[in-house]
Amino acid sequence: MNVRAQVSMVFHLDKCIGCHTCSLACKNLWTSRPGTEYMWWNNVETKPGTGYPTLYEDQEQYDGGWKLERGELKLRLNSRAGELLNLAFNPRLPSLDDYYEPWTYKYNDLIDAPQGDGQPVAAPVSLITGKEIDIEAGPNWDDDLSGSPVYAANDPNLKGLSEEERQMLFATERLVYFYLPRICNHCANPSCVAACPAGAIYKRGEDGIVLVSQEKCMGWRMCISGCPYKKVYFNWETGKSEKCILCYPRLETQQAPACMHSCVGRIRYLGLLLYDADRIEQTAKRPDHELVEAQRAMILDPFDPEVVARAHENGIDDGQIEAARKSPVFQYVKRWRLALPLHPEFRTLPMLFYVPPLLPVTGSMGDGVYDNSADFFSSLESARLPLRYMANLFTAGDEEQVAAVYRKLIAVRIFKRAQTVGDIPAERVAQTLEQARTTPEEIEEIYQLTSLAGFDERFVIPPFSREAAIELVQITQQRQEGGGMGFLHGPQRGL
Amino acid sequence: MSTFLFIVFPYVAIILAVGVGLYRYWTNRFSYSSVSSQLLENTKLFWGSVPWHYGITLILLAHVFAWLFPGLTGSILGFGPRLFAFEVAGLALALFAAVGIVILIARRLPTLSRARAVTSPMDWILLFVLLVQVLTGAAVALFDRWGSHWFLSAAAPWLWSLVSLRPDAATVAPLPPLIQFHFLLGFAVILLFPFTRLVHVVMLPIHYLWRPYQVVVWYRDPRRRLAPVPASQAAPAKSHFSSAELKE
Repeated sequence: MNVRAQVSMVFHLDKCIGCHTCSLACKNLWTSRPGTEYMWWNNVETKPGTGYPTLYEDQEQYDGGWKLERGELKLRLNSRAGELLNLAFNPRLPSLDDYYEPWTYKYNDLIDAPQGDGQPVAAPVSLITGKEIDIEAGPNWDDDLSGSPVYAANDPNLKGLSEEERQMLFATERLVYFYLPRICNHCANPSCVAACPAGAIYKRGEDGIVLVSQEKCMGWRMCISGCPYKKVYFNWETGKSEKCILCYPRLETQQAPACMHSCVGRIRYLGLLLYDADRIEQTAKRPDHELVEAQRAMILDPFDPEVVARAHENGIDDGQIEAARKSPVFQYVKRWRLALPLHPEFRTLPMLFYVPPLLPVTGSMGDGVYDNSADFFSSLESARLPLRYMANLFTAGDEEQVAAVYRKLIAVRIFKRAQTVGDIPAERVAQTLEQARTTPEEIEEIYQLTSLAGFDERFVIPPFSREAAIELVQITQQRQEGGGMGFLHGPQRGL
Repeated sequence: MSTFLFIVFPYVAIILAVGVGLYRYWTNRFSYSSVSSQLLENTKLFWGSVPWHYGITLILLAHVFAWLFPGLTGSILGFGPRLFAFEVAGLALALFAAVGIVILIARRLPTLSRARAVTSPMDWILLFVLLVQVLTGAAVALFDRWGSHWFLSAAAPWLWSLVSLRPDAATVAPLPPLIQFHFLLGFAVILLFPFTRLVHVVMLPIHYLWRPYQVVVWYRDPRRRLAPVPASQAAPAKSHFSSAELKE
């Protein structure tokens, strides 16, 4: 057992209202520089939809992530030698048009335009060439199902749905969608790291944050192809790859990451997980439908004395173990089994987990009256979005695992309704709880963390003890002298 | 004059290439990048970049091989059909690379092109010099037969004399101007190396072939401050997959 600590996240999709506040908090903080305009380290996608960049989930096209080949785990992208041969031209790189060309408007024209018959307009100009452009795509171009015949209808996760089911999804009065906020998953088995020829991308041992060394990055672009979530972006100005840094400068000073801090719906949770690094490879090699369970098994119980002892051996201190015990992520993922990784079949063992959204209920029209009272708290049978779709997103297509999560989520609702309103018979409540294999105590805990939890319960930031870590390798006085003074130069593009 | 052109200039070029290249690496490693423009322009790049890189790499390897092993090269080539085939292949590769770099130039030309927006003045200089160099190389192959042979008796001794610090330009001074120009421009490319994106050539990530897939960087060595680790707990056997436990 080789215990490692990982800062990981849970996003509760039921609570996401799609306001994009997270995206903007991130953009203002990190990606408002030239070359990064099109980067959305945090983005919020409408599902069904093709996501950002378009069709990123389609690995037939992009070859991201890992594949199992004769029992060996290999990059889907290419062999090592094959990657080197493709340095001059990477055939699996999305082009800027798969994202969008960033633009601004000639606002001055509104003021400076000579007097005339028409209204002055502010024409859009490309932020790259400075020339006028026709805008063909932009951030969240398919927000709230806009352009669904082009975007939502081509969602790769619709595979396995019958033609009838697909048409139902987009029929008037049956339209359904939900939001999927995405940041870098800070995977336990990151394929961007494995794909980088320069060895510039690395996972931090102490907290599992995946970073791109801007010094070492040579702009070979393989990480972008290697990441199946397309969460590494190429800065066209500096010629370097950049990605979500999980706001590590904020985390190290005990602040929640900007996207999480600003989340209006309070959907985001952050906490430490302990996991067994010796089991990464064998976990990633499991058959598709066993991946979620295997990843859960890889995550260790911080209350287990054996785990604690081994964690101590690896330099994980008591403060971190305390944080791992209070971690909301541990509760959702391991104890309650409510949170699932996005696309486990990519085999990168993503460390960001999602509580799938309870599907909206179907109302019916009868005698001119709209009625949705029959099954208001929704049941799996009346789900508007087929379980198949959710299974394609979160469990590599295994519907039973998603259904188990939903049974528990529904049980929470039924139980709390019976408790507060009292219009549900006790035997139905008991039956629902039994089906969901849960207990009233567990439901109260889930309810507490889902609906009432305050800031400090949602974000249990472990002590990073960077100062203690520095002391081990460097004299702190020298460290202080070395930072902030001297001749520094900004990140400027090479000649 | 030939002393300046074929002895002083090459030394200046090499010293600057190494000196400035290292200085740039140590003081501003961030500026080392291939500064790819593939994200901005994806289609023409394929037809330019692939022929250029493969063509020029093979040609350069042939030059280096003939320089390092002149005797061996001479005995392999002889004066028969092998020499002829080699020259034809070289010429074809030169034209292949020339087509590539013409396309690379063309894709940066249109004022509306996104690749133009990320093109620096040094890029234009480099592209132009490389184009001229490839074209003169092809012209030498065509008009000054058989280069693969006279290279061994004219260029190789001169290059060796430069390396061994006993510079002697006697073998290159009498050569035709076209060939001399090709030599000089070659050193001009070396001179340009540290001042352009050409620095990416020396950063070819060969060690990717054998490094572990995963890279984990520790601020502190997690096992260093412990009591001795029991044998069962010692570092697990390194498969090709296990992490490189690097220390920052």
